[in-house]
Amino acid sequence: MAMSEALSTAAKTPAVRAPARWQDFLQLLKPRVMSLVVFTGLTGLVCAGQPVHPFLAGVAILCIAVGAGASGALNMWYDADIDAKMRRTRGRPVPAGRVQGADALALGVVLSMFSVMLMGMALNWLAAGLLAFTIFFYAVVYTVWLKRWTAQNIVIGGLAGALPPVIGWAAATGTVPLNAWILCAIIFMWTPPHFWALSLYTSEDYKKAGVPMMPLVAGAKSTRKQILIYSLLFTPLCLTPVLTGLGGPVYLAVAALGGLVFLLLAVRLFRSRAGDAQAQRKDDGLYDVKAGAKDARNLFAFSILYLTLLFATLLGEHLMGVKPLDLLL
Amino acid sequence: MSDPARESDAEARARRGRNIALALGLAIFVVLVFVVTIVKLGASVARQPF
Repeated sequence: MAMSEALSTAAKTPAVRAPARWQDFLQLLKPRVMSLVVFTGLTGLVCAGQPVHPFLAGVAILCIAVGAGASGALNMWYDADIDAKMRRTRGRPVPAGRVQGADALALGVVLSMFSVMLMGMALNWLAAGLLAFTIFFYAVVYTVWLKRWTAQNIVIGGLAGALPPVIGWAAATGTVPLNAWILCAIIFMWTPPHFWALSLYTSEDYKKAGVPMMPLVAGAKSTRKQILIYSLLFTPLCLTPVLTGLGGPVYLAVAALGGLVFLLLAVRLFRSRAGDAQAQRKDDGLYDVKAGAKDARNLFAFSILYLTLLFATLLGEHLMGVKPLDLLL
Repeated sequence: MSDPARESDAEARARRGRNIALALGLAIFVVLVFVVTIVKLGASVARQPF
């Protein structure tokens, strides 16, 4: 969609019905996404192993959080038209008419500039550049280009969600070595099985909005196969921190055991008929799961737990000074 | 008949809330920049011979 169309789309969003409260602007920043980004960014910053002044470390995490929030606001501005068509998103401030599109755009642009400039001044310009790239990638490459164009949208766009630990690492050291990219790769490879498992039982919503999610484009069977392939690549990748001096024995145990469960759930999903059932009752809630899609829900839920455990273990090991195994390097 | 140009109580409350949030945000940013300056300058100043 061209920028002029986007502006006209933004202009077509519902007229503001109720006065915007400050909480509506906070909602534009996607606080739940911010909390995940804070967690992974903090893990990168701590795993870097470089002593950073606690105040500057706090500023770095704040900048990552605000940058993520800014890209969320830009996303909500541009996607107001499709958000209005989906049950999951129709209550967002812009499609619900509580905030004008132009105000969401202004908030996103201003917060992007503030977060990048503060990161550059307080930490270093490599971290600031990576933060600016991440905002650009999510707001422009993913939101404007990929999301409405290709079923690979969340695969490529997943890079934006995978970069915060790299930014955290860069903020602490001014460099981005292999271990920082391993953290990035883990989140990047986690994204497709996570989102496609969800889309197997929410694809009706995306269909209404015309968003080409994988189950709609390639079908449920192909999606289940691709989820299995990504899971086969993702789970061994989670063990690599043990080889490169990043993860210790606790991490090895969590990654190996969790990886086995992840694979088991992916195989069960592959063998299931999740996503095949087309009929859906009108009174179904958005996240109500049809019988065949239970396996998709299980993998989706476990994927969140597994990624959280991986990063929490790395964070805990580094904070407690557990010696990494360093089996390869 | 009420004047449409005159804001309602709800609008006034919402605007007041937005203004306070904006003021707090700006104040926090100013404090952040000030403390960052002190922290970054502090190490250099401490190394100066007096």
